[in-house]
Amino acid sequence: MSTSGAPLLQVRDLVKRFPVKSGIFIDRTVDYVDAVAGVSFDIAAGETLGLVGESGSGKSTTGFCILQLLRPTSGSVVFDGRELTELGGEELRRVRRDLQIVFQDPYSSLDPRMTVGDIVGEPLVVHRVGTRRERRARVRELLEVVGFDPTFVNRYPHEFSGGQRQRIGIARALALSPRLIVCDEPVSALDVSIQAQIINLLKDLQHEFELAYLFIAHDLAVVRSVSDRIAVMRRGEIVESGPAEVVYTSPREEYTRALLASVPVPDPERMRVRKDERRRLGDAVAM
Amino acid sequence: MLLEVRDLQTHFFTREGVVRAVDGISFSVERGKTLGIVGESGCGKSVTALSIMGLVPKPPARIVGGEVLFEGRDLTTLSERELSDVRGDEIAMVFQDPMTSLNPTLTIGTQLVETLRRHTDVSRQEARRRAIELLEEVQLPKPEQRLKDYPHRLSGGMRQRVMIALALSCNPSLLIADEPTTALDVTVQAQVLDLLDELRRGHDMAMIFITHDMGVIAEVADEVVVMYAGQVVEQASVKELFDRPEHPYTEALLGALPQLEDGTARQQRLTAIAGRPPDLVDPPDGCRFAARCPYAGEPDGCAEHMPALREIRSGHLVRSEHPASERAGRPAGVTS
Repeated sequence: MSTSGAPLLQVRDLVKRFPVKSGIFIDRTVDYVDAVAGVSFDIAAGETLGLVGESGSGKSTTGFCILQLLRPTSGSVVFDGRELTELGGEELRRVRRDLQIVFQDPYSSLDPRMTVGDIVGEPLVVHRVGTRRERRARVRELLEVVGFDPTFVNRYPHEFSGGQRQRIGIARALALSPRLIVCDEPVSALDVSIQAQIINLLKDLQHEFELAYLFIAHDLAVVRSVSDRIAVMRRGEIVESGPAEVVYTSPREEYTRALLASVPVPDPERMRVRKDERRRLGDAVAM
Repeated sequence: MLLEVRDLQTHFFTREGVVRAVDGISFSVERGKTLGIVGESGCGKSVTALSIMGLVPKPPARIVGGEVLFEGRDLTTLSERELSDVRGDEIAMVFQDPMTSLNPTLTIGTQLVETLRRHTDVSRQEARRRAIELLEEVQLPKPEQRLKDYPHRLSGGMRQRVMIALALSCNPSLLIADEPTTALDVTVQAQVLDLLDELRRGHDMAMIFITHDMGVIAEVADEVVVMYAGQVVEQASVKELFDRPEHPYTEALLGALPQLEDGTARQQRLTAIAGRPPDLVDPPDGCRFAARCPYAGEPDGCAEHMPALREIRSGHLVRSEHPASERAGRPAGVTS
C-alpha cells in the first residue's frame, strides 16, 4: 500500500531526449530534441488527470516514459512509493501489474493472430496468475465487465468493429486489476456514438475499481468530460495545469485560450462569437 | 440550383452481396452556399461525394440509379473524358489526407504548374506566376520557396493548403471537401476552416463539406444533410437543425458529443447510442435506425415500413415516425 497522503503517481522533472539523425547510409546524430522537457505532475488514486496538447507536444511520450516503455533521459517517476526509473527486469514487471495502458488504435494494438480470449488472458499468463481454468473464468468475467459478449472469446479481433476492439483492449488492461491506466487517445479513432459508449465505460470502471487515469487526448471536449484535473502540454512542457473547471473556464495562458477557442462547438450561434475570439488569439498559436 | 442530386443510388457488388452504400439520396446545392453532409463512418457520405465526381471505384461500385445534375447536365451519363473536363474546370475535391493525393516524387511547383497547364492554355512562365498567386491565396508563407519543396517537407496543415490551392487552380464553381480537417490539430483546423470560408466567399464558390463532426458542421454549413445507413434521415438549415433537431438519430448524435462548455460534464454520462448501424448488404425493410431508436414501437410499424422523407416544417425534412416535435411530452426512452 502507498504511504498515506502521498499521491499514487508522482512525476518530477521528466525529460526525454531523442537524437536527431541525418545521413542515408551512416546515421550521424546532428542534434537533440527534448520531446519531454521537464514535466512534473501528480495523480491521486481514483483520479483522472487529462493531458491535452497538439500533435508533437510530447503527451504520448510522457505516457510511455511513465510506464518505462521508453526510458526517460532524466527525472523521476514514483509510483506507489517506488522509483520506476531505477527498476528493471523482474521488479519492473511486477510493478506493471498495477500500471497499464490502453492505446489509440484498436486496429494495430491487438495481435491479429490471437483470439480475443488469448489477448485478454495474456497478461494473466505472463504474470502466472491462477490455473488455466481460473484464467478462462477471469477472461469471461473481464469481457462481461467491459460489455463484450463473452461467447466470442474464440474469435479474432478483425471480426469486430473499432468500438468492440477497444473494449477488448480495455479488458486486457484490466486483467491484472491495475491501479493506474494510461489511456493514450483511447477514443479518437472511434465514431461519436461509439466514443460515448467507451467514455461511459471508462467512467463506470473508474468508479467500480477506483482506477486512476492519465487520460491523453487532443480533443478538449472529450478530456473535459472525463478529467478532474487538466495539464496542457506544448513543445514538451506543461504550460498550464489545474482543476478542470478552472482551466476550462478561466485559463491563464494565452495558448490555452487559443486552444479552447479553436474547438468547433455544435452551436451555430456560439460559433460566431468563438470565431471572433479565435481571431484575436490567433497570434498565440502561430508557430 | 448549381447541383441537384436526385435519388442517387451507388451500390458495391462484392462477394458478400450487394452493399447499398448510397441508397436513394437527394439534395441540392445553391450557388455560393455550403451544404454540410454529416454522418458516421459507413453512412455513405464519402461514396456520395465520389459518385458526384464520377470517381467511385468501378468495379466493385456502380451508380445504379438516380441523377447528378450539375448546371442541368446529368453527370452520370457523361463519358469518362467529358467527366474529367468537368472535374478539372467546374468541380474540384479536397480529401482528408493530402499525402495520398499529392505526388510525393514531384515538387509542389511542378504539381501546380502541370495542373494549371492541363486545364488552361497558359505558358509555363504564366503558370508559375499563377501558382505563386495561388499559394499566396491559401496563405502559405514564402510561396516562391515552397514551389521547390516536396510534399513531405510540409506539415499537415501546409499540405492541406497546397491541396486547396490545387483545387482552386481552375476556379471551380463547386468544391467538395471530404473531411479536409479531420487529421489536423484543432488550431490548424480552425485556420483551414477560416481559409475555406474566405475562399468560398471570394470565389463565389459553392461547397459540399463532408464531416463526422457536428461542431465543424455548425461552423461551416448553411444547409445540413444528416446521413444514416446510406440514406438522408434529416435535412434543414444549420440554425434550424441545431435549434430543433427532429430525427432521433440527430438528437442522439448531439447527445453523444462531450460538451466543451459544460461545467457539469465530469459528473455526467454521455448519451451513448446502443448498437451499431445495420448491415447494408441486407438492410431492414423498415426504418434503418429502428433497432437503435428509443422511440420505435409496435403500433406505428416503423420497424416494418420505411418512413418517407417528409417536410415537417418549411425546408425541414425528416425520415422518422417519431420526430421530436410530434412526441412532445413523451419521456425519452419510453416506447409506447
